[in-house]
Amino acid sequence: MSTRATFATARRVLGQLRHDPRTVVLLIAVPSLLLVLFKYVFEGSPQVFDRVGLPMLGIFPFVTMFLVTSIAMVRERTSGTLERLLTTPMHKPDLLAGYALAFGVVALVQGAIAGGIALGPLGLTVAAGIGLVLTLAVLNALLGMALGLFLSAFASTEFQAVQFLPAAVFPQVLLSGLFTPRDQMAEVLRWISNVLPMSYAIDALNAARSSPTITSGMAADLAVVVGCVLAALALGAATLRRRTA
Amino acid sequence: MDQAIRVRGLVVDRGGKRALHGLDCDVPVGRVTGLLGPSGGGKTTFMRCVVGVQRIVAGEVTVLGLPAGSAALRSRIGYVTQAPSVYADLTARANARYFAALQGVPAEAGEAALDEVGLSEDADRLVGRMSGGQRTRVSLACALLGDPEVLVLDEPTVGLDPVLRRDLWATFHRLAEVGSTLLVSSHVMDEAARCDELMLLREGRLVAHDTPDAIREQTGFDDLELAFLALAEQEDAAAHRTQVRA
Repeated sequence: MSTRATFATARRVLGQLRHDPRTVVLLIAVPSLLLVLFKYVFEGSPQVFDRVGLPMLGIFPFVTMFLVTSIAMVRERTSGTLERLLTTPMHKPDLLAGYALAFGVVALVQGAIAGGIALGPLGLTVAAGIGLVLTLAVLNALLGMALGLFLSAFASTEFQAVQFLPAAVFPQVLLSGLFTPRDQMAEVLRWISNVLPMSYAIDALNAARSSPTITSGMAADLAVVVGCVLAALALGAATLRRRTA
Repeated sequence: MDQAIRVRGLVVDRGGKRALHGLDCDVPVGRVTGLLGPSGGGKTTFMRCVVGVQRIVAGEVTVLGLPAGSAALRSRIGYVTQAPSVYADLTARANARYFAALQGVPAEAGEAALDEVGLSEDADRLVGRMSGGQRTRVSLACALLGDPEVLVLDEPTVGLDPVLRRDLWATFHRLAEVGSTLLVSSHVMDEAARCDELMLLREGRLVAHDTPDAIREQTGFDDLELAFLALAEQEDAAAHRTQVRA
């Protein structure tokens, strides 16, 4: 791996975002707006916001990074830049690490603002500190990025890539325990839930609601999430072919 | 003379169709070799094989003594695809700097390359707001970085004004003089005369491979367009005779 190629790629990806201010505003502002909406739609039953507020801080970065990464990779493929990158001395891990670094930074900013608003003005109470909350948010972003990168290989147009969101992400959200605790689901659904990576990310966030430090259960959940990120990145790297028909 | 690119028995299928039918050729070091012929004739496929991004059915392609696509070749080859493959949402300078970092050359090399293609004054403009010709030049600049020994350029002068086209061809020859090997495709016959050597590719077959003068002499036409027509007709007549005999 080359750190210069990795940092250059992260800078390039962030540079592309900089020239697209509307996307930046949407990335940063929409999660906070949705949290505000959640808070006041369920004003009559405040326990709803208390329960889903923190998991939402993980789901937003997951969803946005999934979308942004899959569209960005489809663009790299269709514009011929990916083929060009692969004819340079750059290694595939440099490219993936560059993307992870850039979107990790975006997730950090997004999470800091959304988390600040949730824990501050919206009065969400969480046992864990902001540091742990942000770590979990960034980890969710990386999971979304890695899955988006892998699935983008199966999309030949941006239209198709967008359709992967309801197909691959919504079921994970429904089964993650955000709306119904996982142990109260029908057995079959719980099995499915057990093999979906987001379930573990949400478990970890739920644990952070009541525990100020990393518990052993949370550590196991985090290990599963990190494993899934690495596996999806490895699968994604395998889809970056230097030689095509 | 040394050969920069050596191709033997190259067979390639693209889109379910045979695109190259057993090509043999040698491309000499330090010269500008023009790859000419109608579109759909296999020029792009041939170039993709040289760069090592094309899956091939049979045959071998050797570049600078190494199998095409070898990791060791990636810093020694520059490739410009037909559609400019640069980032439209970045400036020309940001593109050049990025590819300079990937090639492992200093950022100043990016400035020099932009200067080479006559874009230093527009370096801070977004590529997406540039004209087609300017985008092509940004793409070309990114391939010139790090002085590659072999440059593979797929129709680099399409849509450029005549003055710029002349300047770029002068650049190509200057690069060849200092030892680079250039493989340049075009479907414009008036560019054929600017090449040191010509390869005429038609329907996936090499119709001719010689210097422009030798091709003129062989066909008796001074105009290379007419010479190419004559060669194509000879080829068709030969194919027809084989069919009749069979």
